[in-house]
Amino acid sequence: MQSYDKNFLMEVLENLWTVRKFEECAKDSFLKGEIKGNVHVCLGEEGAVVGANMALKPSDYIAVSHRGHGHCVMKSKDVDHAMAELFGKETGFCHGRGGSMHVTKLESGLLGANGIVGGGIPLATGSALTSKIDGDGAVSVSFFGDGATNQGCFHECMNMAAAWKLPIVYFIEDNQYAVSVNIHTVVNTETLAQRAQGYGIPGVVVDGTDVLAVYEAMSTAVERARNGEGPTLIDCNVYRFTGHYVGDPAAYMSEQYLKEAHEKDVIEKFKAKLLEEKVATAEEMDALEAKVAAKIDEAKKFAVESPAPDKSGVLDYNYSMDNERSVAR
Amino acid sequence: MIRKVTMIGAIREAIDEEMLRDQNVIMLGEDIGELGGPFGSCKGLLDKYGANRIIQTPISEWGFTGISVGAAIRGKRPIAELMYNDFISVCLDPIMNQAAKLHYMTGGQVKIPMVLRAPCGTGRRGAAQHSQNMEALFAHIPGLKVVCPSTPQDAKCLLKSAIRDDDPVVFLEHKLLYPQKADLDDSIETIPLGSAAVRREGTDLTILTWSRQVNFALEAAEALAAKGISVEVVDLRSLVPLDWDTIQKSVCKTHHAMVVEEDVLRCGFGAEIAAQVGDELFDELDAPVRRVGALNSSVPFCADLEDEIFPNPDRIAAEAEKLMKE
Repeated sequence: MQSYDKNFLMEVLENLWTVRKFEECAKDSFLKGEIKGNVHVCLGEEGAVVGANMALKPSDYIAVSHRGHGHCVMKSKDVDHAMAELFGKETGFCHGRGGSMHVTKLESGLLGANGIVGGGIPLATGSALTSKIDGDGAVSVSFFGDGATNQGCFHECMNMAAAWKLPIVYFIEDNQYAVSVNIHTVVNTETLAQRAQGYGIPGVVVDGTDVLAVYEAMSTAVERARNGEGPTLIDCNVYRFTGHYVGDPAAYMSEQYLKEAHEKDVIEKFKAKLLEEKVATAEEMDALEAKVAAKIDEAKKFAVESPAPDKSGVLDYNYSMDNERSVAR
Repeated sequence: MIRKVTMIGAIREAIDEEMLRDQNVIMLGEDIGELGGPFGSCKGLLDKYGANRIIQTPISEWGFTGISVGAAIRGKRPIAELMYNDFISVCLDPIMNQAAKLHYMTGGQVKIPMVLRAPCGTGRRGAAQHSQNMEALFAHIPGLKVVCPSTPQDAKCLLKSAIRDDDPVVFLEHKLLYPQKADLDDSIETIPLGSAAVRREGTDLTILTWSRQVNFALEAAEALAAKGISVEVVDLRSLVPLDWDTIQKSVCKTHHAMVVEEDVLRCGFGAEIAAQVGDELFDELDAPVRRVGALNSSVPFCADLEDEIFPNPDRIAAEAEKLMKE
């Protein structure tokens, strides 16, 4: 921790709080019936989200899973319009057409969340191919859960990206659960990082409850990608505080898992370290938390008060050219 | 200049010219490098454009079609080539859930200017996994455009339009049309998607069809002319967008309509056209719209059996006579 300056460390804490409070707000709003549909929150996984994204440049690209709000907030730096999308409002990034599972902000390099498990892996790989062809120096990152590593596209894309040395990082948010199925009951390797051997690329295990460890592992992988040395597979061990979706009773999650999850809460661990190393006082950290809480309250207010999309626009965006005729017939 | 060109040659020319015109056009597919594509669509293009743009992939259809979608998000204009349209079974997600929906789901932020080229069609003794016509599947998915050319001229000029289109286009090429040579007029640069062509003018019956069945419909029309039935053959060329104006004009002239397709009849695109004509032009019709298509069956390998499956000129003519007697 000594090698980081205070501004950076306080930015890490602010980001952790932002993701946590954004997700708590999404969860509460869903339970109150203010957000419809399906909501998957990354509560407990903030260390992976923040550590990984802080190793990226604004000009880099990310594609994320259905559990992607945290990444959307990190990459866009815009909680208001991200929240408005969850509420299905016209002011949302996607004008209310996408919602929680499809939050996208292309101009910020956010290629999109994805409702199909593994669906974003080929998209991020195609983005990396584009960067290789154009030589633009951008790195693409594909974030997905442990469940996605059992989809065929994971294998196909890892193989091609390795063979073509594409500037990409494959980042597993390994919370051990694919919906309700424990990963260890459906794979025969000790870690998912071992799969990298099959593609001739580095496979790294990192503790997702240690945000700086994630930042460091990711920085190494990003540098390798940017240098034209090809992909890295990062197996980031995290805990999911909740079930698969908000409202999931999650009886399948063991007490031991949930106990560990809260004992290793990344925010509590990081705050304790900041105190111990005398980087920040408890008052400073409380003030930061209050500042973030106010920002998220504002974001919710913005989302609630924003107008819904006009019903006349229901067919908009099906096609970008010849929209009316293509839809009508 | 007017030249005789095969359809596969015309397709190769379209890819070549569009790659020359726009450096964002890239191509991904299997065996498209040294071999020049399983059917020859890329002959010579690797040498001309290099491995950064003629991207030969492993046999990973889910991967490379999805990578094409990702590249399209980033502004490339990828042409992904499936070896057979039947293989969409292993890569439907990138086409159905990603390419087709991203423009909509992102509120217009993301465009997918991508073409999925795929050989289709029955009659080549390929058996059930290499002989299907999948246009109805694609046309059913909002967000996709679907093109089914029948001549070298159309294949070239529609493909050029498809490559320049900002939406995902599924371009279905009948394998048995690939070697057919026909006049190609170099003065025509592109043909817009959604413009049907009247291949033969007639006054008694409108046949609405596409792809290889256009040829069969024309043969049937010739035979029917000898029996005093004047047939107008409309080649739809693209199913999405659909040229309703041309359909309407023709049906209002002949007052009889028949749809001919090579896909299985059940839930084929012909059913959609018949329904639209029935709904909107009922008062113009002197008889119900008749549908002619393949039997509701998998495609058999044995030639004698396969020829029983899909429409041919005799069957089309016989169905047309029945319709005209109603």
